[in-house]
This record gives sequence, C-alpha cells and structure tokens, in this order.
Amino acid sequence: METLVKMFKNNIRQYGMIIALVVIMILFEIITGGLLLKPINITNLILQNSYILVLAIGMVLVIITGHIDLSVGSIAAFVGAVAAIMMVDLHWHPVVAVIASLVVGALIGAWQGFWVAYVKIPAFIVTLAGMLLFRGLTMIVLKGQSIAPFPNGFQKISSGFIPDFGSAGTNIVAVLAGILFTVIYIVNELRDRRAQKKYNFEVVSGGLFILKLVVIAAIINAFTFMLAIYAGLPNILILLLVLIIIYSFVMNKTVMGRHIYALGGNEKAADLSGVKTKKVTFWVFVNMGVLAAISGLIFAARLNAATPRAGTNFELDAIAASFIGGASATGGIGTVFGAIIGGLVMGVLNNGMSLIGLGVDWQQGIKGLVLLAAVAFDIYNKKKVTFLK
Amino acid sequence: MSEYILEMRNITKEFPGVKALSNVNLKIREGEIHSLCGENGAGKSTLMKVLSGVYPHGTYDGEILFKGKTCEFKNIKHSEELGIVIIHQELALIPYLSIAENIFLGNERSSRGIMNWNETITGARELLDKVGLKENPNTPVGNIGVGKQQLVEIAKALSKKVKLLILDEPTAALNEDDSENLLQLMLEFKRQGISCILISHKLNEVSKVSDSITILRDGQTIETLDMKGGDVNEDRIIRGMVGRDLTNRYPERTPKIGDTILEVKDWTVYDEQRSDRKMLDQVNLHIRRGEIVGIAGLMGAGRTELAMSIFGKAYGRNISGTLIKDGKPIQNNTITQAIDNGFAYVTEDRKHYGLILIDDIKRNISLTGLPKLAKGTVIDDKQEVLVAEEMRQKLKIKTPNILQKTGNLSGGNQQKVVLSKWIFSEPDILILDEPTRGIDVGAKYEIYTIINQLADEGKGVLVISSELPEILGICDRIYVMNAGRITGEVSREEASQETLMRYMTKTGGAKHGNVG
Repeated sequence: METLVKMFKNNIRQYGMIIALVVIMILFEIITGGLLLKPINITNLILQNSYILVLAIGMVLVIITGHIDLSVGSIAAFVGAVAAIMMVDLHWHPVVAVIASLVVGALIGAWQGFWVAYVKIPAFIVTLAGMLLFRGLTMIVLKGQSIAPFPNGFQKISSGFIPDFGSAGTNIVAVLAGILFTVIYIVNELRDRRAQKKYNFEVVSGGLFILKLVVIAAIINAFTFMLAIYAGLPNILILLLVLIIIYSFVMNKTVMGRHIYALGGNEKAADLSGVKTKKVTFWVFVNMGVLAAISGLIFAARLNAATPRAGTNFELDAIAASFIGGASATGGIGTVFGAIIGGLVMGVLNNGMSLIGLGVDWQQGIKGLVLLAAVAFDIYNKKKVTFLK
Repeated sequence: MSEYILEMRNITKEFPGVKALSNVNLKIREGEIHSLCGENGAGKSTLMKVLSGVYPHGTYDGEILFKGKTCEFKNIKHSEELGIVIIHQELALIPYLSIAENIFLGNERSSRGIMNWNETITGARELLDKVGLKENPNTPVGNIGVGKQQLVEIAKALSKKVKLLILDEPTAALNEDDSENLLQLMLEFKRQGISCILISHKLNEVSKVSDSITILRDGQTIETLDMKGGDVNEDRIIRGMVGRDLTNRYPERTPKIGDTILEVKDWTVYDEQRSDRKMLDQVNLHIRRGEIVGIAGLMGAGRTELAMSIFGKAYGRNISGTLIKDGKPIQNNTITQAIDNGFAYVTEDRKHYGLILIDDIKRNISLTGLPKLAKGTVIDDKQEVLVAEEMRQKLKIKTPNILQKTGNLSGGNQQKVVLSKWIFSEPDILILDEPTRGIDVGAKYEIYTIINQLADEGKGVLVISSELPEILGICDRIYVMNAGRITGEVSREEASQETLMRYMTKTGGAKHGNVG
C-alpha cells in the first residue's frame, strides 16, 4: 500500500488528468442516471469532439515550443469555406478538394510561421492578426452566406462508420479492433519494461504492472464494445487514432520531436546545441495550419455546410485542452496524449452538462473554472520541484 | 567627527558554502577618490552591495560608519537618502524614457502623484549643466551614446544630493575620449567635495585619478596604498592583486603537441545592438592539435564574444576575418555549420545557455549528436541510453540514473553533462568558456582531467577563464585580451600572474611582448 501511495505521488502529474477524467465521467454517469455511457452517447462524444481534438494535437506542439495560436478557429472556417467552394460550386472531386484544402492550410501556417520564426513577432500578435484576417476572408469568400450541401462521399468523413462483415446486431470489426489494439498495447508495454529493467531504471512492481495492463485492456475493450453495440467504429475515430499515434511517435522518437521539446525548454541552449530553432518553429506553425485545415474539413463535413461563423472559439477549446493536459505555458512541457485527455475532459464536461440540461451560461463558467484549476494544480506541482535557484 | 566620510569595519559576508568577504576594512576620506582594485571575484562588488544596502543590515557581520554615525541600511533607498549612490556597470536607464524622466526616476518632481513637468525639465537642465552634457532633456535616452548615457546616470546620482559616489567599471564601455571626460568630471566633483569610490580594471586610469587605493583579494583587504607619495606604480598594484600561492590543484600532463588545427585571422566583430561599436579588433590566434590554449582577460575584454562569433556567428554582426582549419579555409556561418566543421562551445552560463534544465541527463547529452543516434529520423532509444550511460561512467557524473533532470544536479555534475554533450558530438576543436565557474574544488580537478584527456586525444582546446591560477595551471600557451584586442601571447614557461595582469590592463594592441 505504501508503494502504491508513493507511486501515485510520483506519477500524479502524469496520471492526474486521467484520474480527473474518470472522476468526471463517473460523476456525470451518476447524475444523468446512466445516460453518459450509453453506446449512442459515447459515439456522439467522439463525433462532437473530433475537430477540437485534432486542433489540440497541433496546439500542444505550438505550446511546447513556447508559442500560442489564436487563429486556428478562423483557419478552420476559412478552409471549410474554400473546400465548399471547390466541391459545391466548382464540382471538384472530394479527394482533389481535400488535398487542395490541406495545401491551403499549410500555406496559411507557413505565412504565420514566417512572421513568428523569422521576423520574431510574438505569436500572440501574429495569430491574433490571423484570427481576424482569416475570419474576414471566410466571410468574403462565402459572401456572408452558407454553402451546402457537400457531396455524399465527403460527408462520410464525419458521419460514416467502418463497414462491418455481417449484418448482426453487434459490430464485429469494432470488437476485433479492440482486441487487436489490446494485444499491440500489451506487447509494447512488455517490451518497454524489459528495456527499462535492462538499463536499471526504476520499474513498478510486477503486480502493479499487471494490474495496470488489465485495467487498460478492460477500458479499451469496454469502449470498443460500446461502439460495436451502436454502429461500429466511426471513420473519424480511425483518423484521430492515426493522428495521435503518428504525432506521439514524432514527439517521442524522432529528431524533430526532440528538437521541438529542446527549443521550448531553453531556446538559447537549443540554438547553441545546433538545433535550427527558426526552422523548427516555422514547421510547427505549418503543421498547425494543416491540422487546422483537417479540423475545418471535419467540421464542415459534420455540419454538411460551410458557414461564416464556423470554428468560432475553437482555438480557445484547443488551448484549454493543451493546458488541462499538462502543457506548460512557458514551453518545453506537454504531450499529445495529455492534450487529448484535456480535450476529452472538456468534451465530457460539455456533453454531461448538456445532458442534465445546464444552460450555456453555466457551462461556460464551469469550463473556465476547470481550466484555471487544472493550471493552478500544474503550477503547484512544479513549485514543489524547483530547478532554478 | 573623523576625517573619514566612510568607514567599513570587519565586514564579513557569507553565501551558502562561500565566504565572499572576510573581515574587510575600507576607509574613505572626505573628498577623495578612492579606488578599489582586485581580480574578478575578489569581492569588490559584494562589498559595494553591502555598502549600498542591496544586502541589508543583518545579512552580514561588521559595521558601517558614514560621517561617523553607525548605519544599518535596509535597502538601496535607505542608503541613497544619506547620499550614497552607486552607478553599476550595466546602466540602469530606461531607453524609451527621456533624459529628464530617467534622471528623476523613482524620485519624481511631483505633488500628490501629479507630475510637475516644468520642474522636471528645468531641474534636469541644471543637472545636465553640472555634468557638462549638452542635450535636450526631452531626448529619449536610447538615442544618445553610451558615454552620454553614463553622464545621465551621474546627473541622476547628483539629483539625489550625492555625498559618496560609487562608480563600478564606469569606463568599461566607453571610448578613450569619453573615458577621459568622465575622469575629468570625477576630479571636478572632488573639488566640490564629493567623495568617490572607483572600481576599475583599467589601472592606468586608477593611478591617474586616485588619492588612495584599497586592494582586495579572495574576499580580504590586502592593503591600502596612498598615491600621494607618487612611488606607487601599476606594477605595485598588480603585485598586490595577484600575490598568492599556487598549490598543486591541477593534474600533471605532458603535452603532445601536433600540427596547427585552427587559425583565426584578422577576426573583427561589431556589437550586436550597436553596429558602430567594435567588440573585437583584428584578433589573430592559432591552436595546435593536443594543445590547451588559454585566453585571459578581464570582464568585458571580448573573450566570450570571440568564442561565440567563431562558433557559427552566435554573437555579433559584420564579422570579418578568416578561419582556417587543418590548412583549409572554412565557413562557420551558422551554428550547425560550426558543429559540422568539428567545433564545440561550452558556454560560460550553463544554466541559461548550456542545459535544458527541465529535461533529463540523457536528453541533454544526446541533443547535439541526435542525428548520429537516428536511423533516418527515428531515434534509436537503446543506443541513446547506452551513450548516456557510457558518458555518465566516463565523466563520473554523480547521479542515481540518467533520467534525472539536469536542473536537480550540482554545478559540477551539470558541467559534466554539458561536456558529455559536446564530447558525444566528437569535435576537433573545443572552446570552453569559464569551464569551472561555480564548481567546487574537487569537481574542478575532475573537469581539468577531462580537458587534459581531450587534448591528449589530439583535439585543439581553447580555454577562457577569469581565474588566472587556472589558466596558468592547465594551459600550454596563453593569449591575453583587453578591449577586444589580443594584447599579449605568452608560453607556459614565461607566464606568471604579474605578466598576465599587465597585458590584461594594457590598452593598445602591441603583440608578443616579453616578460618585463
């Protein structure tokens, strides 16, 4: 028991938000009388939050480098509008239009990255300008009106499900995917543990390790089973998983990822160690532009329309998700996984409060307090470990 | 009433683990210019911080008597009320505010919080007249030169009814004309009865204006010299500043010196902010394989600027000159290029420029050499752990494991992590800037041993250090810099603290002098 308490204390930063997420879910499950974890609501949760989660992935990278991006909501709206014009007005094939939209996102990111990285204008100002600029452009290209409807294939991005084998009640693909994912996860954990032991790093005791594997395997399979009962795996979930895996891999295992953390941790030291700080900053913003474009496409597909007010306040949700997920406002600290957890905390709060019929006014206020509490908790944790005298 | 305006008696100031001042005594006569001399770290600045109340009463032992009365300063404001004003080396002016606003900053001419602009401007004009500065008081301070800014600082001091003016390295950033002006102004103040304490590394200036000189060394008062007799010269002052024994604090080594690995020719660099200011002027030097070359110099001599400008132009602008490595001219236009050319630079400020304190030892060590650990772009984790482990053992980094955050390590171990990082990048030329600053004696010995090993592997090593015994203890050949120029080159055999100190305080650019 003592070791458990100690482990909990050591890992509170790492697991704190997961625990908070679980507590919030249980809380709303009870208050809503079991509505929250109904299969249909779980599926809805994913569909409702996917575009914010995609933004959060890009945003946490920007925040790790020590910057901020206020323009992503406007970029998402603008790209959605451009995609609508290409597909609805010009009748381009959806695949061509999607690729063109991502290029537009990348160019917008490059535009902002240029000002931040090479001209050294604070990102707050550059992206505040971008927020106004691209919102304005959205209204101009849409002439103040909505464009709809999108071709069927495009809508499927947000509303479609992975096709199943049979036609029976429970979706077999989803169940199998859950099992496959569990196996990959366990193999990975075992491999890591073996490596850690080999190099004499501290590892948790065998019993706790197995407990952790069992709990996570149970959660994964319960989740996929829930999806299976309703309609199966949403396309968007697959896209999200692919993005999370790719970006976690890039941040943890590649030179680029290391350089992003080093740059955020101490820009001057990174520079003097041979990290091309300007180039890295530039590409982080290009990446943000592409992810904002993806987010904009998902949102447009879900709404089945491009509207002038799309994406309003998305940037704030994405920033909040990153900070709730443990990113540091001074840079150098944060994880993609954390940002996703942060995004889910916000998403579950939104969803839960809507289910119990709480007004938007109360929802906003409570979300604000949660953000403040999460960051205060983070700072409190850091104060216990002082680096600089 | 004594003849002394200020007496500091038996001042002792301790920092955790270090005795910065030990029973220091300082007596300043009414209306004299009294200089304070000593090496970097001798305790001059600490003593002045005690005097001005930066270190408040109670944090030190000893007593301060000003005009015969015991003083217990709580803060700077308190000491300024009595007329003790200190002007620091880095000017404390706000560039966007006007001259007049700067002069009365914190001491505004106002009534009930409302500024009285007429009084501010006329008051500023009077003070500018006194210091002989002909500028419009409404000019922003950032628009006038450093020499004039220095005068604004002095005008600001005068506005506080100064009785004792302390100038810390006032001429370090000034050209010769501006320096001369400032010294004349000090003599003028003396005639008006204002006492001055001058801290300066420029001994020619010190001996020119001082009435007496107090020498500090290792936190102790060594002696007070009276300049009136005229028998005290610069050599006499230098002897007082350096006279200390060298025990065997440096590992033995027989150098195996090979061919020239790096030549720096006519290296001239201008200031990053002020492009008209030459920071380095026609610097020439060379390093051979297996050789440890030292660069001695006082603060502001341009040593770090030299190192950083060579290391991928990390400092300065309008850099001209050539770098020749192994007989071939090379370009170090970016830091990456410098690293690819086999350069490594260990910075003097490891916390801010050397380490990522929130990252662990492993990640700090691998940062520069990451491409070597990667297959394509994916980092080989196992290889990374092995490398970090190897460095930990080789350099004896004291830590439970390599996942410790570098921010939690001691200074010596932090420095070893920085060295590991650069050793892993396999450089040919290492530039070490103050490699043992803030490190305890035991760890210093280990760092010297590492430096020796690197030289013995046939690398060229350039060591910048403000500690003369260290330079003398580990270097095979020493360049001395002052005011952006190489003022001397001495071999290990002919080097002594006196020789170095003479070149360090020498203005002008003669080279290859002999021991005199």
